[in-house]
Amino acid sequence: MDFNFTEEQSMLRDALARYLADRYDFETRRGITRTDAGWQPAVWRAFAEELGILGAAFSEAHGGLGGGAVENMIVMEELGKALVIEPYLETVVVGGGFLKHAGGAAADALIGQIIAGTATCAFAHAEPQGRYNLADLKTTATRDGAGWRLSGHKAVVTAAPWASHLIVTARTGGGQRERDGVSVFLVEKGAAGLTTRDYPTVDGRRASEVYLENVAVGAEALLGNEGNGLPLVERVVDEATAALCAEASGCLKKLHEGTLDYARQRKQFGTPIASFQVLQHRMVDMFMAAEQAVSMTYMATLNLDAEARERAIAVSSAKAFIGKACQSVGQSAIQIHGGMGMTDELAIGHYFKRATLIEGLYGSVAYHLRRCEALSLADAA
Amino acid sequence: MNLEFSADDIAFRDEVRAFIAEAYPAHLRGKMEEGEELSKEDYLAWHRILAAKGWVAPGWPVEYGGPGWTATQRYIWSEELARADTIPILPFGINMVGPVIYTFGTPEQKARFLPPSLSGDIWWCQGYSEPGAGSDLASLRTRAERDGDFYIVNGQKTWTTLGQHADWGFFLVRTDPAAKPQEGISFLLIDMKTPGITVRPIITLGGEHEVNEVWLENVKVPVENRIFHENKGWTCAKFLLAHERTGIAGVARSKRGIERIKAMARAEAGDDGQPLIRDPDFARKIVELEIDLKALEFTELRTLASESAGKGPGPESSLLKIKGTEIQQRITELALEAAGHYGAPYFRGINQDGNAFPIGPDYSRRVAPTYFNMRKTSIYGGSNEIQRNIIAKMVLGL
Ligand SMILES: Cc1cc2nc3c(=O)[nH]c(=O)nc-3n(C[C@H](O)[C@H](O)[C@H](O)COP(=O)(O)OP(=O)(O)OC[C@H]3O[C@@H](n4cnc5c(N)ncnc54)[C@H](O)[C@@H]3O)c2cc1C
Repeated sequence: MDFNFTEEQSMLRDALARYLADRYDFETRRGITRTDAGWQPAVWRAFAEELGILGAAFSEAHGGLGGGAVENMIVMEELGKALVIEPYLETVVVGGGFLKHAGGAAADALIGQIIAGTATCAFAHAEPQGRYNLADLKTTATRDGAGWRLSGHKAVVTAAPWASHLIVTARTGGGQRERDGVSVFLVEKGAAGLTTRDYPTVDGRRASEVYLENVAVGAEALLGNEGNGLPLVERVVDEATAALCAEASGCLKKLHEGTLDYARQRKQFGTPIASFQVLQHRMVDMFMAAEQAVSMTYMATLNLDAEARERAIAVSSAKAFIGKACQSVGQSAIQIHGGMGMTDELAIGHYFKRATLIEGLYGSVAYHLRRCEALSLADAA
Repeated sequence: MNLEFSADDIAFRDEVRAFIAEAYPAHLRGKMEEGEELSKEDYLAWHRILAAKGWVAPGWPVEYGGPGWTATQRYIWSEELARADTIPILPFGINMVGPVIYTFGTPEQKARFLPPSLSGDIWWCQGYSEPGAGSDLASLRTRAERDGDFYIVNGQKTWTTLGQHADWGFFLVRTDPAAKPQEGISFLLIDMKTPGITVRPIITLGGEHEVNEVWLENVKVPVENRIFHENKGWTCAKFLLAHERTGIAGVARSKRGIERIKAMARAEAGDDGQPLIRDPDFARKIVELEIDLKALEFTELRTLASESAGKGPGPESSLLKIKGTEIQQRITELALEAAGHYGAPYFRGINQDGNAFPIGPDYSRRVAPTYFNMRKTSIYGGSNEIQRNIIAKMVLGL
């Protein structure tokens, strides 16, 4: 057993943390959320060129630095601490994950572009009717010569406004919600018949409704196998969920530390409010939740290569735990800040908002509890 | 002991229900449903209709314009308002400063301020909190110095709700800096148009402009606008706090909120494609909330009963505030959960006509901003920590 980071991993973390401290302060972020673009392509280029983090989780054969899930975890935790908007999760973890596992020439080429910072991805999986069920798909892909035609409506596709490529799940067979018949496609966002409606989300990021109308893609667009893509989807979503847990850990750490700082300096009744025992205990609870969120993130990340059932239980346990922590720590942070916590002016509220959305991304607490139940109690029944 | 309403009460209920159905302006219907931000005109439209009917201030004595209802009738009234999902009556004039004026004011002050407060011609705001004086309100530092027939007021207030619309404010100011904190405070009514007053917006988490900073720089306030004695403003403030807390439990509104969650859960599909309301986890959360609301409702009814038996609202009302706001907050948590993916989009300023090409179901539109916004309820009106301190001290004697 070893919970230490390698020297390379520590350097990765430090370099990224330093960059974000210098260049990604809260005020800059706030300004960016109000621009038309809503993100900073220059920061993305710096991620690729100055810091090289976009290649950290790819193999050397792909032109990366030879890392994997642990590198994603390190990066995501730092991005969480700085409330970074840019689509690392969508591009490197989700996009990169599908491309790595599916393989093939087209995939390899796109990985090169991701590492170079010239391609960005978004994951168009959820549909208006489907809640968190990854198999609940009405979007269809039908054969058209050697290629495919895709039609359907994808809901709240985060980071899609900035993406050059979409990963789209669709039915090539089977009925809605059946495990069989799910396939995964790589679609260029500029493809004819693909339209989006873009909008901001409450955490200061952007998302789109994606409408596919007979969108033609070639044979090489199919990632993985036709009709049994669901295990691949589940694997990548588990990897993304673990990465999201890492981002949440960063957020929770900031919520906890920010609250501690505030409570130490805010005085009422002639004394710092940190001296009130009821607030002390609440801050201790926040601290414990933030610490255990890190533990659960490690646990999930280190199980990503386990067999599917074990991996799923590990990831869902972590997400259920961390989803609850996002709610309780976020709410405590606002409460202890009093009126100041309610303002758009302070960073603390923005961490709370991001933590709140993380709660529901890739499955709510209820969803992950149920998944754990189904998988881990199946034998007991 | 019994739970039945009397025949008179039932007749009263039918009367007010029919009135609301008929008189509530059509253009305001649905605004509460969607959690939309309300304009000054929205608030005033409904306020004026009720004022004309003589029902805008159910708690006021008849001689000042109240309808003379019993506690049970007042309870029925608030139930019916919530049932119809009407715009709330702003508390600042009706529940806060009005009772202070008719209890502590001079005949001239009553004649001057009560009628326009009832009619809606004066919109009041509450100038209590300061950057340095929140929970510890008595440490407030805004200074009022006597200069002949005037006070010259300097200082800063904050969190002033809807102060951007206010005609007048009621302010706590320090008139004797040498006295003990509670003893050097006076209660002033200030015309918000007086030179030297600057109101600046504070934007809150959901993007709302609901609260403000109010800066006062050499603001001249006639001494005749002071309520009660100089340096005895704390008496008014304490009296007002008790009034502020009546109705804070928000039982009827929360019932409405739970109905809304149920409607969402019937419309939304769970992960298995069945209506969310059939999901045992979600259904249990709704039921737990209903049970807790029941406990609150019956506690409030018991409080009401003892009030109508002549006991004023005591420190027990802190219980109503704590439990009421916790329930209000949980309702917003459940709404966010029920909305699923469509809780995320942020619509402020986008698509305000509301019909062009909507994203997601209408009921999801403001669930996240409302969840963020309702965190305020455990902070304001005496935070829930402060309320627990009050119960510990005043009720339990600890
Ligand atoms: C949306 C909103 C609207 C408002 N509207 C108005 C208005 O119209 N007019 C007006 O005058 N004010 C208004 N307020 C102000 C409100 O009354 C104050 O926010 C409240 O009194 C808390 O003060 P504070 O924000 O300074 O927090 P603080 O007093 O700094 O409290 C910070 C935290 O410390 C805790 N705390 C403080 N003292 C103790 C203690 N002794 N023991 C345990 N815990 C403690 C608090 O509970 C809180 O969690 C509004 C506030 C909000 C958020």
